[in-house]
This record gives sequence, structure tokens and C-alpha cells, in this order.
Amino acid sequence: MSFFSHIDTLEIFLATSDTLIMLAVSLALTVIFGLPLGVWLWLTGPSGLTPNRFVYGMVGLVVNVLRSIPFVILFILLIPVTLALVGTSLGVRGAIPPLVLGAVPFFARLVESSLREVNHTVIEATKALGASSRQIVIHTMLPEARPSLIAAVTVTAIALISYTAMAGVVGAGGLGDLAVRYGYQRFQSDVMLVTVALIVVLVQLLQMLGDRLISRFHRRTTPN
Amino acid sequence: MYNSPLPVKFINVSKEFVSHESRHQVLQGIDLEIQSGEVFGIVGPSGAGKSTLIRLINALELPTGGRVEIHGSAIGRGRELGAMRQKIGMIFQQFGLLSSKTARQNVLYALELAKAGTPQTRRAKVDDLLERVGLSAHADKYPAQLSGGQKQRVGIARALANDPGILLCDEATSALDPEATAEILKLIDELNAALGLTVILVTHEMDVVRRACDRVAILEQGRLMEVGTVEQVLFSPQSEAARALGLHLLPRPADDGSGRARLRLTYFSDTVASDVLSAATQGLDVSLAILAGQVAALKAKPYADLIVALDGPDAAASVSRLRSRGVRVTEVVS
Repeated sequence: MSFFSHIDTLEIFLATSDTLIMLAVSLALTVIFGLPLGVWLWLTGPSGLTPNRFVYGMVGLVVNVLRSIPFVILFILLIPVTLALVGTSLGVRGAIPPLVLGAVPFFARLVESSLREVNHTVIEATKALGASSRQIVIHTMLPEARPSLIAAVTVTAIALISYTAMAGVVGAGGLGDLAVRYGYQRFQSDVMLVTVALIVVLVQLLQMLGDRLISRFHRRTTPN
Repeated sequence: MYNSPLPVKFINVSKEFVSHESRHQVLQGIDLEIQSGEVFGIVGPSGAGKSTLIRLINALELPTGGRVEIHGSAIGRGRELGAMRQKIGMIFQQFGLLSSKTARQNVLYALELAKAGTPQTRRAKVDDLLERVGLSAHADKYPAQLSGGQKQRVGIARALANDPGILLCDEATSALDPEATAEILKLIDELNAALGLTVILVTHEMDVVRRACDRVAILEQGRLMEVGTVEQVLFSPQSEAARALGLHLLPRPADDGSGRARLRLTYFSDTVASDVLSAATQGLDVSLAILAGQVAALKAKPYADLIVALDGPDAAASVSRLRSRGVRVTEVVS
């Protein structure tokens, strides 16, 4: 019997595709909710266009509380909410709400810090051109922060992969689930090894894609 | 094509920055009138409040006391403020160009924000502006590919895009090398002459004021020390601050150890190339030694500024000859 005797290619393929679906859907939703939240944090923050200590403090508090709950606990805490939202707390569907809620605060903070890094004179120059706050955010801040925002999406995607693997422990599908059920509970080290290898490859691919996009949009060096 | 130049008036303006642990009075009792079409300098040491003062004009800062009026009306809010800012161009020490846009796109951006014209008229206007600042050849480069002087030219083209009546320059040449500084000052002078734009220029260098400005205000610790023509402020300063700034322009006189009285001689254009010095000593029992000096120009008007030691029995006669030839003679207290 060879070392890889427990490997079931179909099961691994299905688990991989589950992981990819969880990643794609939760990443998309995280960006949709997290980007405006991050912009809001920046706007009301100390260096923003409309500083508001109260709003910034309250939103920041919620974000920090969510960020400080370990993901596995958040997943369990959210089960009633998840049931109400998607009708199940298991499998790929059941994993999406906690994944999004876990990643949004993380991503929003990254967005905030990306926006803070935009050169202050550029913001001032845009104001001096008579731009409204809305125009400043959409046409100056987001394009100027683009490389750093892409890096934020990349980091968030990689964090989400690790979250999906953890979600496997508490009933979600995907590679993490496979690793737990076979690799851990049945001592099938070969399955464990293959799932870990696949996760590593996935993370590497995401990082490479992110880096490529960042250098494409970076205008500090000569294009073409 | 261009708007008429606009005058700016400060009426008892003050500005205080208040944070939770401290309050800092940056500007105090500023009364100042800047006339339309002039190149006006605001000079002073760093921390004097110059940048705050210029930012009050386009409401990047709001005064905590007094009023700022542009062409007789106070600065508006909201939509009105946006429209007013489009009539006030501004350039910055650090340029403030969007790194994600090319030179052309940066200039176009000003027109897009103002929702001015059609895409075709915008494109034509951007081409015109880039040509005016001499940057047509670099239109499709990103700021990172341009030199400091070229970046500032893009900044100027962008600032002019919406036909402003005022151009604000906040230390616009302070990050540039001497050659680029000279080019940018020349461009500003040309624009002032060609468009009749009011130019307000903040700098810590008296040399920039001397080369570019008609009138100047001297700011120190948030107060106006002196306002006048560059000639007045440089050659007959009323305040200690102005005197100090003017003396910075002169090379330090060597100490000749003789303890002789030192005189400062200043004379203008038509006399610079002439023989005032030799005429002042001819046939008189005096000795004249130049201790320090320079021949420079106020805008395009050349002048000589010398520190001399003059002594001998006929020194007084020599001084009156100098004065009769239009030379300004003052004692230098060392």
C-alpha cells in the first residue's frame, strides 16, 4: 500500500472547488461591504475630510470588537444569524455569512490605512480644484490608493483561505473540512498533506496575482 | 478666454488652531489688500503662518476671526465654494499631482471636476495649456517620469485649466533646483503679463521675492511686519524683520579690522553700468573700498547693492556726490 492510498481525487477536487467558491463569494461580499466601511472610517478619522470623533470612535469600536473575536468563535456565535440569513449553518452556504463578517472589519481597516497613505498635497490640490468630497473619494483617493487597495484585497483573500480552513472544523465544506475529517479524525496523513499542499499553492497563486496587479498599477516606475 | 484678475482683501483676519491639549495662534490681526493683476509675495521664516495665510484665500483653511474677501465678496460654502475655488488656481511645493494619471490626464482632471465643456473642447484646451507651459512633448508621461520643474509645469497647467483670476503659489519653487526655479519664476511672470492673473506667492526666500514680485508682505510669528513694494522693503525697510531679510541677500562684508564707518550704497538700472563710484572719488581726498556687494535685479530692473568703507577728509563731499547721482546711501550698523 503506497503512502497516498487514501487519496480520492474526486473528493479532493470537490473540496477544492468548495474552497474556491467560498473564497470567491466571501471575498466579493467583503469588498462590497468593507470598501465603503473603510472609506467611512477614513472620512471620519483624524486625517479624513470630515473628522468626527464620535462616529469614528463608535464605528472603530464595532470593527475592533469583531476583529478581536477569534474566527472559530465568531462562526459559532453567528449560527442563529447564519440560519436566519441563508437557512443553514453548514456547508459552503453556511460558511459565507461568518466569513464575510469576519473579513469585513479586517479589510475595512486595511482600506482606511491605504487611504491615509495617499499624499496629503494631492488631496489638498484636488480640493483646490473645487472638487466635492464625493469627487475627492471616487476620483482622487481610490485611484491614488489603488496599488495599496489591491494589496489589501490580496491579504484579505489569503486571510479568508485560512478562515475557510478553520470553518472546516465547525461544519463548513472545503479543503479544511477534508483535512479535519480525514487527516485529523482518521489519521490519514496523506490526505492532510495533500490538502495542506493545495492550500499553500492557492495562497501562492493569490499572492502572485496580487503582486502582478500591484506592479501593473504602480506609476512610480516606468510603464511599458 | 481667461477671467479677469481678482483682488483679495483680508480684514482683521486671525487664525487659531485648537486641539484638545493646546491652542496655537497662527495669524493675528491681518489687514491686507492684494490688488488685481499684481504679483504679490508673502515672505517670512518657516512657522510664520505664510502657508496658512495663503490657504485662507481658497478656504483650505477657514479664519477664526475676521473676513477674507475676493473681489468684494466673502468666500462661500458648499457648491458655491467649489465654483469659487475653480477661479483660484493653486500650485504647491510638493506639486500635488495624481501619480496614477499622466500629465495630460492631470490637467484634464481639473476640467472634468468642473464639468466644463465637452470632451472635445476639453482635449483641445488641455493641449493648449500643455503647450503654454512648454510640456507638449511630455504629455503622456506619469509624474514619476518627470523632473521637479516639469512636474511644477503640469501643476501650473492644471491650476490654469478653469481660467482662474488668481494663482496661488505655496513655496512653489522651494523643492526645485536653481535652474528649474528660474524657469518657473519666468513662466509665472509670463503668465502674469499675458493673462493679467493676480499672483500670490508664498516663499521663505527673499531672492524669489526680488526676482518675481511687485509688492511683498513680511510675516513673522503670525503678524504682518511690513507691506510695500519690493524696492521699499529691500532698500528702506521700516521693520527689523524686513531689514534682516534684506541683509540676507547681501554677502557678508569682510571685517577689515579698521573700524571705519561702513556705508551701504544702492543704485538702480541706468546708473549700474555707469561710473558713479569713480566719479564719487575723483579729485577728492578719500579712499573707497568695497567690502561686499552684488549686482542683481528686481524683476527685470538691475541694481547694485554694495557695502563700502569710505574715509578721508573729503568723505562727506563724496557722499553728497553719490546722493546727487541717485545713489541711496545709508550707514550700516554692525
